Formats: sequence, structure tokens, C-alpha cells
Amino acid sequence: MNGVHDMGGMHGMGPIHEEKNEPVFHEPWEGRVFALRRAMGAWGKWNIDVTRHEVELVPPAEYLRISYYERQLAAFLEMLVKYSFLMRAELESGTPAASSPKAVPALTPEKAAVLIAKGVPTSRNVAVAPRFRLGERVRARNTHPVGHTRLPRYARGKFGIIHRDHGVFVFPDTNAHFQGEKPQHVYSVRFAAHELWGEQAAPHDSVYVDVWDDYLEPA
Amino acid sequence: MSHKIGPRNGARVVARAWTDPAYKQRLLTNPDAAIAELGYGGMQGEHMVVVENTPKVHNLIVCTLCSCYPWPVLGLPPVWYKSAPYRSRAVIDPRGVLREFGLDLLLDVEVRVWDSTAELRYLVLPERPAGTESLSEEQLAALVTRDAMVGVAKVAPQKGSSA
Repeated sequence: MNGVHDMGGMHGMGPIHEEKNEPVFHEPWEGRVFALRRAMGAWGKWNIDVTRHEVELVPPAEYLRISYYERQLAAFLEMLVKYSFLMRAELESGTPAASSPKAVPALTPEKAAVLIAKGVPTSRNVAVAPRFRLGERVRARNTHPVGHTRLPRYARGKFGIIHRDHGVFVFPDTNAHFQGEKPQHVYSVRFAAHELWGEQAAPHDSVYVDVWDDYLEPA
Repeated sequence: MSHKIGPRNGARVVARAWTDPAYKQRLLTNPDAAIAELGYGGMQGEHMVVVENTPKVHNLIVCTLCSCYPWPVLGLPPVWYKSAPYRSRAVIDPRGVLREFGLDLLLDVEVRVWDSTAELRYLVLPERPAGTESLSEEQLAALVTRDAMVGVAKVAPQKGSSA
């Protein structure tokens, strides 16, 4: 979706504020939100693309106004209700209903540590032929899907060169909507800064974007 | 988790690469395995890419679409990395962003911005500062900052000083 989350190239967002000796979490509740999201992820009822899309669905004015962890919490609560893990009444009362689903067996700290150590790889060991080869000139498709996509707007319609083939990965545009993994190659594509931003860009600079096969067409 | 992961992990990886050329080669060609040699890996570091800074190439990492970041080697990202100012400008004006961090690059240095749009996670291998030949791997690791491994800074030859 052409949301405000797709920020690459926007102006007017102000200066960058670097905080010296920044803590990992500024408030204990941020750590709890982080842990809750990981715990729900471990239950396996949704996937990383579903969760990313839900954050993108936070209304744009709200998205820009609130903090990262506030967005994460807002999206998390929406998902819990949308996928029937919680009823709004439970959220409002703070009291769980007896009928609320529970993960069986429950996630324990030991299991959580194993999950974090192992990670959740999104590469897939399936034989899918790459449509493009190293060094090939390609064009990122000029496409504007209303659902989830990971092709940033600034790259759409632009020409680039295949720098590297990362192998086969889950496709977010379908996975975010429970429409299957549709595994395909992901390439690192080099876009010259001139191509993306015009003559104002420094002559030798470039932006490398990781791009799924379906986002590309021959050039 | 906030005690086990963090930029000190990445700093050890960088210091090893500076002192062991064979390790550096493995780190650049097979980063997941090379990082695992030092005991790091896992969530949001499943598919790593390491990009090397040289006198002629400067790399900068961003995630314009959300806030993707290599947790096992750098920890969780700072607020500025997740903020609209950084995410919006890193791709269109990387040199301006670097100047804001105090790094003014010459025009003949090529800037490569890596937008973490997929599940690859990036780590910058900074240049080893001059005058550090006598330092041990551990002393070198102490010089390496998070900002240098994101690409918004260089590594200074002495702790606390700026490059």
C-alpha cells in the first residue's frame, strides 16, 4: 500500500535526534510490548509479513505522531481482535473471558530463548529458477498494490542492475494476506542515485534495494 | 535478551575481521557462518550481509519501510534509526545525513546505501583506523561503535575521540 510508512525520499521530517547513552527500552512497557509480540509470533497464528502490514494500517497521522512501540502495540491489539484471540470487551475491561484461546503448551522463558537463538528463517530450500542473472539490467515494476508490498515507491519504474542473487525467500505480498508463501528469488538491485533522484544526486552514489523476482521486469 | 545481544557482539565480529584475514574473507562471503563462529545469530540475523568500507567506498544501512536491523550483532535499533527523519532521508540525501552525524565525505568517496527491504540484515565492516597496529583484538573491539557498524560514523583510533 502507498502508506506513510514508505518514507524513502520524503522531505520535511526534520533533523535526526541522536540520544547519547540511549537505553534499550525507555519504559518497562516497551519491553513488554516487544516480548508480547515475540510470544504471539511463537504461537504461529500469523507471520512477520502479517505483522508488518498491520503496522502499515495504523492511520497515517497517528503513525507519524506516536512512537515506534506505540505503533507496535496498536497493531498488536488490532491483530489480537481481528484474528479472534481477544474481544474488544476484554481489552476494555482488562479481564480475560473464560473462552479466550490459550497457547497449548504455553510458551516458557526457556522456549522463548531457544526461539530467539534459532530465529525464524524466511529463505526456502525449493528449486525455483531465477528470472534474472547477475549484471542484468532490470526495471522495478510500476505497481501500486493496495495490500502489503516491500517494493518502496522511490524504486518503482526505475532501472537498476542485478548486483547479487540472495536465493529463494517467502514473498511478502501474498504471505501478509495468508495467500501462501509463493517462494521466489530475492536480488540485491543497484540503483544509481542519479536514476532515483535526478541530477542533484552525487555522481557515483547508489542505493541497493532487496527486490523479489515478481517486482522486476526485463529492461 | 537486552543483556545478551547488543553492539558489543558486532564489535567483536569487526575486531576479529580486522585481525584475521581468513576470518574477514569468511565474514564477507559467508556471514551467517562466520558470525556464528563467535556464537552470535538468531532472530533478525538469520540472513546476514556484511558490506566493507574502504577509503573509496562508504556503506550506510537503513530500512525505509519499517525498522529492520540485525539484532544478534547490533541489538535493538536506537530511536533515531526507526525515526521518520532518518528513514526518509538516508536514501535521497545520505551525505546530508552523514554530515548530521559529523561525517563529511569527499565527493570521490562512493556512498552505497543499503535499504533493508527484504529479510537480509546488513552490517557495515568499518575501516580499521590508522595507528592501531599494536592493539589487541579486544582493544580493537572496544573502539568499534554501533554507529560505525550502521555506517553513520567511522571508527576513531582512540576510544571517545571522533574520526
